[in-house]
Amino acid sequence: MSAASLTSSSPPQRPAAPRWRGALLPLALLAALAVFPLVASALGLDFYIGFVRRVLVVALAAASLNFIMGFGGMVALGHAGFMGVGAYTVVVLSDAGATSAWVVWGAAMVLAALAATLVGAISLRTQGVYFIMITLAFAQMLYFVFVSLRSYGGDDGYTLPMRPVLGLGLDAMHEPTLYWVVLALVALVLWWLDRATASRFGAALAGIRDNATRMRALGYPVYLLQLAAFTLAGAVAGLAGALLATGNSFVSPAMMHWTQSATLIVMVVIGGLGRRWGGPLGAAVWMALEEALKLHTDHWHMPLGLLLIATTLYAPRGLAALADLRARSAQ
Amino acid sequence: MNPILVFEQLLNGAGYGLMLFLIAAGLTLVFGIMDVMNLSHGSLFMVGAYVAATVHVQSGSFAVAVLVAVAVTVAVAALLEVTLMRRLYGRDHLAQVLATFGVILVADDAVKMVWGPSPVMAPTPAWLSGPVELFAGLPYPSYRLVVLGAGVLVAGLLYLLVNHSRVGMLVRAGASDRWMAELMGVRVRRVFCGIFVLGAALAALAGALMGPLMAVQVGMGESILIPALVVIVIGGIGSVRGAFVAALLVGLVDTIGRAFLPLLLRAALPPAVAADLGPLCAEVAMYALMAAVLSFRPAGLFSAKA
Repeated sequence: MSAASLTSSSPPQRPAAPRWRGALLPLALLAALAVFPLVASALGLDFYIGFVRRVLVVALAAASLNFIMGFGGMVALGHAGFMGVGAYTVVVLSDAGATSAWVVWGAAMVLAALAATLVGAISLRTQGVYFIMITLAFAQMLYFVFVSLRSYGGDDGYTLPMRPVLGLGLDAMHEPTLYWVVLALVALVLWWLDRATASRFGAALAGIRDNATRMRALGYPVYLLQLAAFTLAGAVAGLAGALLATGNSFVSPAMMHWTQSATLIVMVVIGGLGRRWGGPLGAAVWMALEEALKLHTDHWHMPLGLLLIATTLYAPRGLAALADLRARSAQ
Repeated sequence: MNPILVFEQLLNGAGYGLMLFLIAAGLTLVFGIMDVMNLSHGSLFMVGAYVAATVHVQSGSFAVAVLVAVAVTVAVAALLEVTLMRRLYGRDHLAQVLATFGVILVADDAVKMVWGPSPVMAPTPAWLSGPVELFAGLPYPSYRLVVLGAGVLVAGLLYLLVNHSRVGMLVRAGASDRWMAELMGVRVRRVFCGIFVLGAALAALAGALMGPLMAVQVGMGESILIPALVVIVIGGIGSVRGAFVAALLVGLVDTIGRAFLPLLLRAALPPAVAADLGPLCAEVAMYALMAAVLSFRPAGLFSAKA
């Protein structure tokens, strides 16, 4: 059993289309998301500004997981741990007197990247189910580290006295402003991740996913490339965690519980493993369903569980693969 | 340090380790033979604990409670095997992890619907509530002794079944090379169905026995699942012997870590730091053990595949 066998079915090539057409949908989506707070407050739905902001942040984390899992074949069951490192960096630094959001967020990325390098360096010695389990073990260790930090609330979590300051005349306490900043950051990092996937680095990563032995024989530093991808994904997850902590003004170890890591994997697979928009799409669908089900029933886990079982049985390639079916029927 | 206290903690650790083994055995057999990763195994443990607690309160008999719990869980497992697990053979591990994670979500909500969200009382059987004087100066809870004995007994029976019976031979053949076993005429699927149900029975037994020692609540399946997974990964996936050794190792490391690491830290470090670090070391000891083992032997101690 190798890590490659988990994800060996690579998505079919997208049909060649003019470059601008590929950018049309994302730009339209970006525009729609940008005007959303104005529409929402005009309709009196201000609550949903915060909700969509959270979806954007989780989509970012899911996209980073899709980068290593879908394109790199590394099924990591501990991604929420790196989000937690990012989130707690915000708490610790704010508590120590740092006020600038940019400093705090940057530090969150750096620390999460460091944690991911350490975890990846050991975990990547193993493969397949062992890799899944050892990443889980490290995430559990991180979880218990933060549970035991009683100075930062331990189990109960920690409420930030105030949000970090954005500077540049931006008011972080103004919900739409924070939303726009988050949207801009998420769009930027998503675009950048997409570029990384299309780069030589991304191609080498996909090559390792499909056949690590061959890539090694071709002279690629397989271990280092995988470690670099793992670190990068960890840094992005750290940023997501920091943005989540900033927006919610609250952090608790629950956000890095292993079921959160599993939920991130679920999002990626439901959206479409190894697909350009798989992570964000899955995050949006899952969180929207969760929110909608919570309105109607206390037992909202059950329908989600059934949906998950049905998806794995009948739509294993995720929602983004539906686009292929449409493209095929259009031909 | 008091030797009697150490001995008592060793017994506690062995008891916990044996319960972990009951859970890990089913998990590792299913994985070793059918190559199926079943995250919902912990949910079977939870069902066993809930049913046992309920039947015990209603009927007043602990033995009846254990038997009914095993029977109900076996029925649930058979249903799960027929409706879902069968379709996951030959799928990749990721699909198995996801589908069985879905089962966890469904099972937790189902239990919440039947028993409500708050924990359920699982009483210690009255005739086992007192301590037993093992030797002078060591009174030990008799219920824990029974759990320990039951664990040893079941582990022994399982050892005989797997290593010294015809069924066990088929099981081992299926685990070490499934294709070859099928070519030689073993109906691996039928063996698997039996193994899956046997695993469920062991998980239910562990749930029924652990009920009075821990909180019977929604989510207990997930919190025991992780140590059980740690056990099979340390032992080497697919190896029952590995699971046994690793379960005792994890049980001892975890219990000793909880009992003595905080004491050691308190002796060596300033009290404030020790108060923060103590519980952390206790929680993390098991995972550190796993990371260390995998760093030296990436396929576990007794890998059946290597």
